[in-house]
Amino acid sequence: MTLSTRIWALHLAVLAALLAGSVLLPAYHQTNVAKVMVLATYAMGYNIAFGYTGLLSLGHALFFGAGLYGAGLLVQHAGLPAGPALLAGILAGGAMAAAVGLLALRTQGVAFMIVTLMFAQAGYLTILYNTAWTRGEEGIVIAREARMLFGHDLSADLPRYLAAFALFAAGLVVKLWLVRSPTGRVMIALRENEERSRMLGYDPYARKLAALVVSGLYAGAAGAAYGLLFGYVGASLASTQYSILPLLWVLLGGAGTVLGPLVGALSMFYLIDYSSAFTTASLLVVGVALVLLVLFAPRGILGTIRERWLKWLP
Amino acid sequence: MAAVTLLEARDLTRHFGGLKAVNGVDFELAEGEIHALIGPNGAGKTTFVSLLCGRIPVQSGTIRFDGADITRLPAHKRVRRGIAYTFQITQVFANLSVFDNVALAVQRRGGRLDVDTRAALDRVGLADRAGQIAGTLSYGHQRVLEIAMGLALDPRLLILDEPTQGLANAEIDIFKTLVRQVVPDTTVLLIEHNMDVVMDLAQRITVLNFGEVLATGTPGDIRANPAVQAAYLGG
Repeated sequence: MTLSTRIWALHLAVLAALLAGSVLLPAYHQTNVAKVMVLATYAMGYNIAFGYTGLLSLGHALFFGAGLYGAGLLVQHAGLPAGPALLAGILAGGAMAAAVGLLALRTQGVAFMIVTLMFAQAGYLTILYNTAWTRGEEGIVIAREARMLFGHDLSADLPRYLAAFALFAAGLVVKLWLVRSPTGRVMIALRENEERSRMLGYDPYARKLAALVVSGLYAGAAGAAYGLLFGYVGASLASTQYSILPLLWVLLGGAGTVLGPLVGALSMFYLIDYSSAFTTASLLVVGVALVLLVLFAPRGILGTIRERWLKWLP
Repeated sequence: MAAVTLLEARDLTRHFGGLKAVNGVDFELAEGEIHALIGPNGAGKTTFVSLLCGRIPVQSGTIRFDGADITRLPAHKRVRRGIAYTFQITQVFANLSVFDNVALAVQRRGGRLDVDTRAALDRVGLADRAGQIAGTLSYGHQRVLEIAMGLALDPRLLILDEPTQGLANAEIDIFKTLVRQVVPDTTVLLIEHNMDVVMDLAQRITVLNFGEVLATGTPGDIRANPAVQAAYLGG
């Protein structure tokens, strides 16, 4: 079995397992895993910027929010069907990333973190300010009738799970192809040594902007899908917390690994879910888990597995 | 046969505050030659080649490459025109494989990824280490890899910044053979402290001192030049 076959076999097997979840999982977990798949899509996008290209953004909630509100507002106020709204959300995420990137990528390192954080905060405040349209913190509940995609009711468990799966599967396949392509190699080169990449003839600014836009498209797709699948569009989903969460999922699962975001989002989700059954301090459990991670597996779960055993993991 | 000028710098200047790192330098490179740039530490050699390859912006003066003015061109566009630079302090991608390091150069110029990368590694004797992580190579091999990346760009001008620093004698011999193989298709500009390498390889030598050109000529001329002897060769 060649390396390429082995890599594709592993990732398709993961997708097959998730698809099997549509019939095997009980309703409660089906809703959870559907949510995890949408959030993992967001994290995969974050990983393209952070894990592969080395862009530590603290403002991805803006791109997630652009997708969420891009789709949600069009459904709510323009009566757009779910399909076109989803597309609009994806494009909104990409366009927002392009606009922010054009300015923010003039900075590097800590300054880049601050500038992206600032843009995201401005976006969050804009949502709160325009309460007439966004209903502020209270948010918009999208009616069931508006959540129909190709004749399927996205508010029902199975169609919702399958829609989340389709989104995640598309995101995973594109990402796996991207990071193993020559373009992906350049992204990694920029992360590793920008000056060396420049002296090989690559334009760091243009390449980083492209990576950020792809990342924004993922975030926009996840945001739009979140609103349409779970029927809620609220400002809390565009807050700073939602910029930090994908970073944590990626770090937990393994930055710069294709499956890391899924592993991270899934672990974190169920860590909170199980711990909140016996304590109200579930975030403390998450904190302890992250400290343990930093101490014993700083490269994240899959990053550590790759380092120790599976060197071929992309 | 009159040599064709590949690169021409006129009145090139770069000051850092009060330090005149490069001060009104006129310089010409003939196509196909091996040209060495020598001078005492702090003479402005690395700053000068950084101006040529665009890593540091020029304050005044002009640079023409292959007939076109490239003075204001960003570094990555100069690389695309055929100016390759290998770093004084080894800057390979330490966490990537040897193959990926060279593949990054090959794919940029649109070469056949697998074939050309293997060929470039073969040329420098690193083919059997293609899968190894670059950071785990010995220092000498990392220097060789750095040169392989420059060569894999298939440049018209290869600028080597102290390539033999820290190499063993056997490795220096391999390096010299390598450089002789690439000319005259590629022109080589070499910053070098090892005088044996300079005298052995270079057809012409330019001596920099305090940011200015002290002398230019053949190895014989330079050796016989009293000003150079006083400033650099130690009489």
